[in-house]
Amino acid sequence: MAAVATKDIRKDFGDVAAVDGVSLSVRDGEFLVLLGPSGCGKTTFLRIIAGLERQTSGDVLINDEIVNDITPRARGVAMVFQSYGLYPHLTVANNIAFPLKTQGTPRPEIKRKVDWAAGLLGIDGLLHRRPRQLSGGERQRVALARALVRNPTVFLLDEPLSNLDAKLRASARSELKQFQQKVGTTTIYVTHDQVEAMGMGDRIAVVDHGKLRQIGTPSEIYDHPADDFVASFLGTPPMNLVEHNDGLLGFRPEHFLPREMLDGAALSELPFRIDRMEYLGSERILYGALDGFHAKREVTAKLPAHVPLSGIRAGEWHKFAVREAELRYFDRDGRRTVSAKEQAR
Amino acid sequence: MPRAAGKVVGQSSFYAAVVTLVVFAAFPFYWMLITTFKTDGDLYNLKSIPYWFNAPPTLEHLKYLFEDTLFVQWLSNSALIGLCVVVITLLVALPAGYGLARMPGRSGENLSIGIFLTYLVPPTLLFLPLARVVTLLGLQDSMWALVVVYPTFTIPFCTWLLMGFFKSVPREIEEAAIVDGCTVVGAFVKTVLPLSVPAILTVVIFAFTLTVQEFVYALTFISSSSEKPVTLGVATDLIRGDIFYWGELMGAALISSVPVAIAYNLFLDRFISGITGGAVK
Amino acid sequence: MSVIAQAAAPRRLARSRFTFDRLEVLGPLFILPAILYVVVLVGLPFLLALYYSVSAYSIFNPSYTFVGLKNFREVIDSEIFRRTLANTLIFTISAQIIGLLLGKIGAMLLMQEFPGRRLARALIVLPWAVPVSLATLAWVWMFDSLYSVINWTLVAAGLIDAAHRPQWLGQEDLAMIAVAVVHAWRLFPFGVVIFLAGFTSVPQDVLDAATIDGAGFWRRNYQIILPIIAPIIMIAVIFGTVFTFTDLSVVYLLTKGGPINSTQVLGSLAFQVGILSGDVAHGAAICLFLFPFLLVAVILLLRSLRRREI
Repeated sequence: MAAVATKDIRKDFGDVAAVDGVSLSVRDGEFLVLLGPSGCGKTTFLRIIAGLERQTSGDVLINDEIVNDITPRARGVAMVFQSYGLYPHLTVANNIAFPLKTQGTPRPEIKRKVDWAAGLLGIDGLLHRRPRQLSGGERQRVALARALVRNPTVFLLDEPLSNLDAKLRASARSELKQFQQKVGTTTIYVTHDQVEAMGMGDRIAVVDHGKLRQIGTPSEIYDHPADDFVASFLGTPPMNLVEHNDGLLGFRPEHFLPREMLDGAALSELPFRIDRMEYLGSERILYGALDGFHAKREVTAKLPAHVPLSGIRAGEWHKFAVREAELRYFDRDGRRTVSAKEQAR
Repeated sequence: MPRAAGKVVGQSSFYAAVVTLVVFAAFPFYWMLITTFKTDGDLYNLKSIPYWFNAPPTLEHLKYLFEDTLFVQWLSNSALIGLCVVVITLLVALPAGYGLARMPGRSGENLSIGIFLTYLVPPTLLFLPLARVVTLLGLQDSMWALVVVYPTFTIPFCTWLLMGFFKSVPREIEEAAIVDGCTVVGAFVKTVLPLSVPAILTVVIFAFTLTVQEFVYALTFISSSSEKPVTLGVATDLIRGDIFYWGELMGAALISSVPVAIAYNLFLDRFISGITGGAVK
Repeated sequence: MSVIAQAAAPRRLARSRFTFDRLEVLGPLFILPAILYVVVLVGLPFLLALYYSVSAYSIFNPSYTFVGLKNFREVIDSEIFRRTLANTLIFTISAQIIGLLLGKIGAMLLMQEFPGRRLARALIVLPWAVPVSLATLAWVWMFDSLYSVINWTLVAAGLIDAAHRPQWLGQEDLAMIAVAVVHAWRLFPFGVVIFLAGFTSVPQDVLDAATIDGAGFWRRNYQIILPIIAPIIMIAVIFGTVFTFTDLSVVYLLTKGGPINSTQVLGSLAFQVGILSGDVAHGAAICLFLFPFLLVAVILLLRSLRRREI
């Protein structure tokens, strides 16, 4: 159990800064998600925390102690890799036992701990099999058991669900989260999937091009994005961003509704030309353009499917609106600003 | 600081190990090189330091080699044999590898292992009866005997190599060609072959170097100097009675080895991925 | 598919073309030449060797009289043969051991990045890359009775008295060492290449996991990497063993089997008896002693290949 912190970590590969000055801290027992697109440096950052790579500058701290020069094993970190990294020539039991063997743990204690970890993850029946005989989900659990078995200070997980097929992923996600809550170990979880991030994280750290864009709870990140990158990275479909007053104006598709559906004052009316519609069963996505506003992508509106589409047809204009409280403003550098009205409030 | 000192010791023993290994491997070639260009007087002088020239280097051995021996003939023999064997190997191994790759089920794999195993049957087991077969065919003492026999060890390995490669080419490509109206052979030639250039190159280099290196069959089948490939000619004809013409010998050895060594280096990376390519799924 | 073919060509032609122009029919045809080549030029000679070994065939008396196992018995009784068999085993085993050791060390060294690494690798591969006969000739020159550079160095270093220069190719025990050295020298680059291939084939995730789990350098090597690459190494060992065991060139060129048959190996002895002396029957019998060994090698190879597939 430990708190992990990093101070201004930089990692350069030649001219490229893979990690560009990231500082954050993870509380003891917290589940922190590092979210970002492929190649943004999140895996490199994780490996630096693990001790598999050495940072160009900056410090890694575990429980307020600088661990820059300490081996991964001595840091007490445990890691689960994207392809699990199981030892192919060892049985499941020996895979789990390996980290204990390297520390010279006596045999009977090894057996006790292996059985305990296997039991916790429901794989006691597989102890004599080899990795190649296991399914993807089973292999993942073996990797977790191996990580768990030596009571690590922190779990580091590198996209552990990306090799599972989609159906399995949802259940694996909730199992993993429950597992972490039960065990209570500080966890840093890397992913590019925002659904995973929102569903699992106590806090989310959004990373792009090696920089930390924002760190906060899922609702903070979603409702109050710090910049346009965070705003458009989270949410499906992403937040609508249109050019406005030498900056950007943003609103989420689910807040962009037909005028007649919204009541009360403090509304911004936006005439919307609908080009096409998608019916997805539980909701409808409308694609189109706004009158007088220029946007890089099609503007989208997300309506619950049970709302009747009276008078809304493709190829026509319709009056849509957004509550002013749901509007987000960004300056020309992409950073979030508050509008004059919000400042007054 | 003790850690820095430890690092220096570690580094110097690393480099010492590398140098030792490299010297062990490469010294005989340095020796070949320097012997080629030393005068006889310098070579056969017990008093001189052998590691460097004590008299100015000379081209006399190379001159003798090229003008007064059949060296050039041997080189062209080897080249011709190599070329013919490569052609035969390609003609046989390409379709065989393809046929095996596209065979349904495990039978293709098993058959290819069977063919591959013949690679393990050594010339030293077969040279005796093959000598008789060669005589029967009227090819005794002719380099064409080698052209006929050498594919026995190039075909198995090359078939196996090509099979492995063709298996990695998705069938959809040939099937698309067939749907477009090609024959099976046409589809193979027009779609698969162009994609297989790296594998074919590997086969060519491998077959050629293996052929040019061979010694046992050459020794067994051929006695006339003009028919000898270079490996045999250099080893037998540059010795008059009990006297070894070392300058010429080493020169010939050097000249014949260099192209093969270069080819091998080009081929090395492919060879490695060929062997482990199946292992690393 | 048949609809398209029929639309493009007259009906009768399309049907017969379809019958033959299929992979199921043509596939075996493609494979046939390779199989024929192997059967005719490997299988048949092998049978011929068996045939000769149980006959009384020689150049001077080319008769096909059946003599049963007489040749084999005579060969085994011969002391030269027993010595030959022992030599073959000794050279093979020693070459493998040294070759593996140096191969592994070399590969581990070459895995590191250092300036000149490519050059070092190219040089280390040389012994295996160049023709056996030519490389062996260089060693003959290096072991020369008078002008050996090795002897010169030993004398210059003060390790040997000039009057007692070792006759590498002329003395029995030294000749054995010389042959063993040349074999190991030829073989270890092959080992380096194979180990390099093996090392690079281990997934990085597995190595990282081992580091995280606390495995230091040696443990990672012996408990993780080596077991994983064992099948590849096995295949290389089998090949290397076959190369050395069936060798003829090195011994023939270095010592011609001498001094006094003390460095003969099966290959060179078979050549001497079967070709030089013309006694085909006994030569064939000697050759065939290679076979049981090869069979074992084949079986082991098959097992390793199977395991590698997994």
